[in-house]
Amino acid sequence: MGPVLAGVLQLLALIGALALVYVPVGGYMARVYSSDRHLRVEKWIYKAIGANPDAEMTWPAYLRGVLAFSAVGVLFLYLLQRLQGILPGSLGFSSVDPAQSFNTAVSFVTNTNWQSYYGEQTMGHVVQTAGLAVQNFVSAAVGMAVAVALVRGFARSRTGELGNFWSDLVRGTLRILVPGAVVAAVILVACGAIQNFSGIHEVGQFVGGSQQWNGGAVASQEAIKELGTNGGGYFNANSAHPFENPTPFTNLFEIFLILVIPFSLTRTFGLMVGSVKQGYAILATMFTIWLGFVALMMWTEFAHRGPALQAAGGAMEGKEVRFGIGGSSIFAVSTTLTSTGAVDSFHSSFTGLGGGITMLGMMLGEIAPGGTGSGLYGMLIMAVIAVFIAGLMVGRTPEYLGKKIGAREMKLAAAYILVTPALVLVFSAASMALPTPPHSMLNPGAHGFSEVLYAFTSASNNNGSAFAGLNANTDWYNTMTGLAMLFGRFLPMVFVLALAGSLAGQKPVPVTAGTLRTEKPLFTGLLVGAILIITGLTYFPALALGPLAEGLA
Amino acid sequence: MNNSVTNTARLLGASLRALLVLTVLTGVIYPLAVTGVAQALFTNKANGSEIKADGRVVGSSLIGQQGYGLKYFQPRPANGLGVNSVNTQYKLVLSGATNLSADSKVLLKQVEDAKAKVVKDNSVPGYAVKPSDIPADAVTSSGSGLDPAISPQYAGLQVHRVAARNGLSVAAVEKLVKDHTEGRTLGFIGEPQVNVLELNIALKDLVAEQ
Repeated sequence: MGPVLAGVLQLLALIGALALVYVPVGGYMARVYSSDRHLRVEKWIYKAIGANPDAEMTWPAYLRGVLAFSAVGVLFLYLLQRLQGILPGSLGFSSVDPAQSFNTAVSFVTNTNWQSYYGEQTMGHVVQTAGLAVQNFVSAAVGMAVAVALVRGFARSRTGELGNFWSDLVRGTLRILVPGAVVAAVILVACGAIQNFSGIHEVGQFVGGSQQWNGGAVASQEAIKELGTNGGGYFNANSAHPFENPTPFTNLFEIFLILVIPFSLTRTFGLMVGSVKQGYAILATMFTIWLGFVALMMWTEFAHRGPALQAAGGAMEGKEVRFGIGGSSIFAVSTTLTSTGAVDSFHSSFTGLGGGITMLGMMLGEIAPGGTGSGLYGMLIMAVIAVFIAGLMVGRTPEYLGKKIGAREMKLAAAYILVTPALVLVFSAASMALPTPPHSMLNPGAHGFSEVLYAFTSASNNNGSAFAGLNANTDWYNTMTGLAMLFGRFLPMVFVLALAGSLAGQKPVPVTAGTLRTEKPLFTGLLVGAILIITGLTYFPALALGPLAEGLA
Repeated sequence: MNNSVTNTARLLGASLRALLVLTVLTGVIYPLAVTGVAQALFTNKANGSEIKADGRVVGSSLIGQQGYGLKYFQPRPANGLGVNSVNTQYKLVLSGATNLSADSKVLLKQVEDAKAKVVKDNSVPGYAVKPSDIPADAVTSSGSGLDPAISPQYAGLQVHRVAARNGLSVAAVEKLVKDHTEGRTLGFIGEPQVNVLELNIALKDLVAEQ
């Protein structure tokens, strides 16, 4: 069997596994967010928080909960890093400096997990497990909570109520992420991922002498890193490191973990709005784009254009033998079409076009299938825009899921899709125009520009992967990518929740012969087209300067 | 005004309590519980899959090592590996890739140099390595710099040299490589691989037996 066929079979196996769990996982998540009952431990947690989980919130109240919880999260994680030098259980590692602490705190709270630090030399046990891993859980739960609030906006009528943030946060963490992560972590350890608290210790070498290695709670972090589409590696090499991703099977399993919640949430959405077919239409859109990107990536990586890769006889630079080109290509696309940013191979050494595909994946807004929660709400915003475009074509007031898309709804959707491009392009342009930031580039020419463009695309879209040649641990990049992550996470959430509130307040429009059937393949086609055209028009000039210039040279 | 300040303070207080409770759950109980299960059920794996030879630990079967002499099978290049620049009381290996681009002149030179070295090292009397026979993994650095494996092609290409340097027959070394070649999982997941450390341990044993 050749590597191309093996790659295709891995892809099919992955699709089969995702299809198998789609109905049960999607249905389970719908029940979690719709149930009236609280578990005993949850009741205890609500008491500790001092919140009434049954109190319905309007969109401003829901948003205040999101922002307050995230602000406290940033501050807590910042202080944890700043105090690492005096915290026990930190391997004697010194405190992290202010700019890097700010960047990392924002990075993990915003579900980005951009890393301007080297995991193995910077973060001790306490920061890793009680700081970074905690945000891996709760930032994902916040994303799902906002998505569910938007879905309720579509599902409910004549009310401003979107649910209770605390209840959604706690349930998402306790009932979805923790059980999933426990199972996944044990499977990863069974395959060789490490899970210990032995700290830094000497290990003998074959040629004599010894090396110093990090021990740590790696598997438990790896599990939620993928399941919560986080992406922050315990080690610098992230999921290329054998202790994080030891075998070909774990590689496929980790891709599965990345994709399972974002894809299955379309089922949750369908159930909550009362039509699983609407969920299928969204799923089909996500799946079409994802599959198309995987096919393109495999094609360009197996073709290995580029002088150094031609000389080597294959695109193996930055890739592990055990995963090969097929497994690495599927991982690279899945991590950048979600908000994950974990890497099992280094995108900077991909072919020029391959690197461009990873960038374009993020530029689509990470909606195919996107991050936990953020993928669904991002895609629903695009659906609103697609419905609007269709409405313009036939001269009819657009509506989606029984709700009118009026001026207010369109303004919010338009604001949503303008935020990240504005951040990406302004910050990238500023970095190129100023005298010192370009010094951080490792490679010259078009690829150097790609490194900067990639950094701000990754930060603004809360991805976290990198063309890692860029030296991002400077005050400029720590601060500016930090701001890009903050604005790129929370401004869109403001617009999503405002839209949800506006939709929930409407009375439903009856379906008539003139209603656009958004559960049909025609709409899926329209939606895919709208996504590609909007993104293409926004980013084509920047892509032409970077990956396209390199790939077509 | 006063009211909104009070409300904000109350909300931040609730947020802090929520964070602390969830930290205990996901940042303390969860990792400790997983560690407990891992240490009980998969002790060796949870601790890094260390392997012993001659009664001492010689590394992990998952982590590639550098510095083998030409008597032994060579691993992939690891030009992206680093050493720590902070917390220098330790001497840590920093995993990582070169991140050099496909059109990088530096990378092109690394590949060409590696290729020339593979040809030179592995061509022994009666066996000449052609540059076109060299697989890509032999001349490129991996993503982690710690890739424990090489492709069966790269291992096969080293057989004649290893046999000559150790006074073994080519057939015996070929068999050794074959025994240590791991196919794709279930026949289609990943790529065939040869674990360099395990192969070299077996090689050393074989030499000692002779």
